[in-house]
Amino acid sequence: MNPLKNHEFLEKRSIVLLLAIIVTVLIGGIVEIVPLFRQETVIEPVEGVRPYSPLELAGYNIYLREGCYNCHSQHIRPLRDEVTRYGHYSLAAESMYDHPFQWGSKRTGPDLARVGKKYSDEWHVAHMINPRSVVPESIMPSYSFLMNRGVKMHDLKHHLSALKAVGVPYSEEMIAYAEKDAYVQANGDARVDASGLQERYGEDIAARDFDGQPNIVSEMDALIAYLQVLGTMVDFDAAKDVDPGAVKNAALGAKTEEAE
Amino acid sequence: MNDNTAVKYNYDIVRMFTLATCFWGIVGMLGGVFIALQMAFPALNLEPYLTFGRLRPLHTSGVIFAFGGNALFATSYYVVQRTCRTRLWGDKWASFTFWGYQAFIVMAALGYVLGVTQAKEYAEPEWYADLWLTIVWVAYLVVYMMTVVNRKEPHLYVANWFFLAFIITVAVLHIGNNLSLPVDWRYAKSYSVPAGVQSAMIQWWYGHNAVGFFLTAGFLGMMYYFIPKRAERPVYSYRLSIVHFWSLIFIYIWAGPHHLHYTALPDWAQTLGMTFSIMLWMPSWGGMINGMMTLSGAWHKLRKDPVLQFMIVALAFYGMSTFEGPLMSIRAVNSLSHYTDWTIGHVHSGALGWVGFITFGCLYYLVPKLWGREELYSLKLVSTHLWVATFGIVLYISSMWVSGIMQGLMWRSYNEYGFLTYSFVETVEAMHPYYIIRATGGILYLAGALIMSYNFYRTIKGDVAKNEVDKDGNPRQAISAASLVAAE
Repeated sequence: MNPLKNHEFLEKRSIVLLLAIIVTVLIGGIVEIVPLFRQETVIEPVEGVRPYSPLELAGYNIYLREGCYNCHSQHIRPLRDEVTRYGHYSLAAESMYDHPFQWGSKRTGPDLARVGKKYSDEWHVAHMINPRSVVPESIMPSYSFLMNRGVKMHDLKHHLSALKAVGVPYSEEMIAYAEKDAYVQANGDARVDASGLQERYGEDIAARDFDGQPNIVSEMDALIAYLQVLGTMVDFDAAKDVDPGAVKNAALGAKTEEAE
Repeated sequence: MNDNTAVKYNYDIVRMFTLATCFWGIVGMLGGVFIALQMAFPALNLEPYLTFGRLRPLHTSGVIFAFGGNALFATSYYVVQRTCRTRLWGDKWASFTFWGYQAFIVMAALGYVLGVTQAKEYAEPEWYADLWLTIVWVAYLVVYMMTVVNRKEPHLYVANWFFLAFIITVAVLHIGNNLSLPVDWRYAKSYSVPAGVQSAMIQWWYGHNAVGFFLTAGFLGMMYYFIPKRAERPVYSYRLSIVHFWSLIFIYIWAGPHHLHYTALPDWAQTLGMTFSIMLWMPSWGGMINGMMTLSGAWHKLRKDPVLQFMIVALAFYGMSTFEGPLMSIRAVNSLSHYTDWTIGHVHSGALGWVGFITFGCLYYLVPKLWGREELYSLKLVSTHLWVATFGIVLYISSMWVSGIMQGLMWRSYNEYGFLTYSFVETVEAMHPYYIIRATGGILYLAGALIMSYNFYRTIKGDVAKNEVDKDGNPRQAISAASLVAAE
């Protein structure tokens, strides 16, 4: 067989060459991507992971808008030093409602996968207004303008609807109450009844005036609400009580299924 | 070679894309220098519009899609006409791809500064810009394919295989990674259809093959045409070209998951990504060898011709970064290199050294041809550009190697009591001197691009500098176009 002669066939037929190229480049992508959509083997269900509340979602969108992912990762690898520094390694389920994922690729700043509840709201506000006021060596830009910008409350229900359409399990009620829930979460104190919010998003949801400005639901409120929930949905201390044998069996089961 | 006088080529479109390449190159590199300085001096972040987070996509898109993209349009339109010995099909369509592509760049850039982004690296433009690019890209494919179909040459030359693979695969990647649902057609914002792990895998399938097909296959197309042309030698091995082409495009597409080592992506996918990344070393070096050995029997040309030097140094950097890449894709190495500046250094040895230099080499060849000059205004300035830029790259990549490996080691360092030795911010502080060295390297590289643009300006004007020799070492007559006009 002479490969030179055979290749001449393609060189003289441009459309056939084009089709051969398409087939060649599709193979790898199909093999690597398609099996990932068999969710049960890729994302093991974990208790506690819920969709973002409307205010947290607004924060997530500010995180995207400002390009935070350019400098911060949101994925703790199962390496000794990372687990010491940041906490339990990240699980697939923890980013299952991120459209798209925010794992990042560079740590100019620290990983944020478990930044929730590590710092006070006051620290976050001071840090966002001027990072060097709390961390003198920081090279992060300042984001003081978030204090004066209001969250576009009226748009929130549209955002929830769009996410529902791509698979996030928001209920009709959540969509209907989106604006109210965001307002309640950013002003959650004794004067406001937060019970509806808790029914929809769980007892643990943080409802308070994140930015210290009671008169406005600012973008700072939203961003801090988002940062404070990052990595806190799964209760890893409770998971320690689970029988490790059962977990191992489950993992083995998944492996056999994969092999099939 | 053959007599081409009968064919009237469409050089207008190539000239426009060539000028756009120079313009966007300077804009993109200037953006790079500015964000490099922001990392050394954070006071340069001007909120809300000019922060690092918003400007970094401006830099990456500026150099990859605006500089690199225009260079690919210019060279592919030139090469396809010459090697098919026919005029570029559809003048109006070609002109639409020019203006349509520039409109896409402006649309994307404005979006970044205003905070309109999909937050996916190298795929930041939102849905409306993506749709527009899809239309432009289909027009590009049509123009290219129709020209190929109209060819007078029965064989399709190897450079065209690479350009074709680049155009069609980028289309597949672009559509595959940008499946998203706008909040509403009146909103710029959209949500990607896949989430979490799946969106990560698709993103890096796209992201790594933006490198593989945009920054590699396309530029290899340039290499396969312009190096033989400048060296006046045929390509070293036709057989190697075939093996190089098919193995490169088949293997590259698998390599994406090496961006996701130790993540929640299933292990089998990570292992596949690593394995194919290591295999990729071979076709990459096969291509490098094919390009370099094209000079066999003509090595003396390399001594005298700085344009050829640009192309060959580009291949050397290509060889270096395609060795470094497989190395970094090994999980154990990746555990150290990932998330650090080592990655940034690696990308730039490929981007500045390979993509940038092969583009400069091709433009230096093209500009005199396109504007009907015998040779450039000054080959000495080409040589100056080469050395200034090479020195800039050395500063850039060596500072990033040191800072990246240092930071990676600092992160995992434990003291005698079993505690982490360094807080995160201590590692940030340690980066400062390297960020200044890196910015200096970037400034030198930008200076080189400005020297090139000046050289083009004088070449297009019709000038020839004093005391110049041509690429074979023969003296040239100095010309001043302005004084010629005055004399008339």
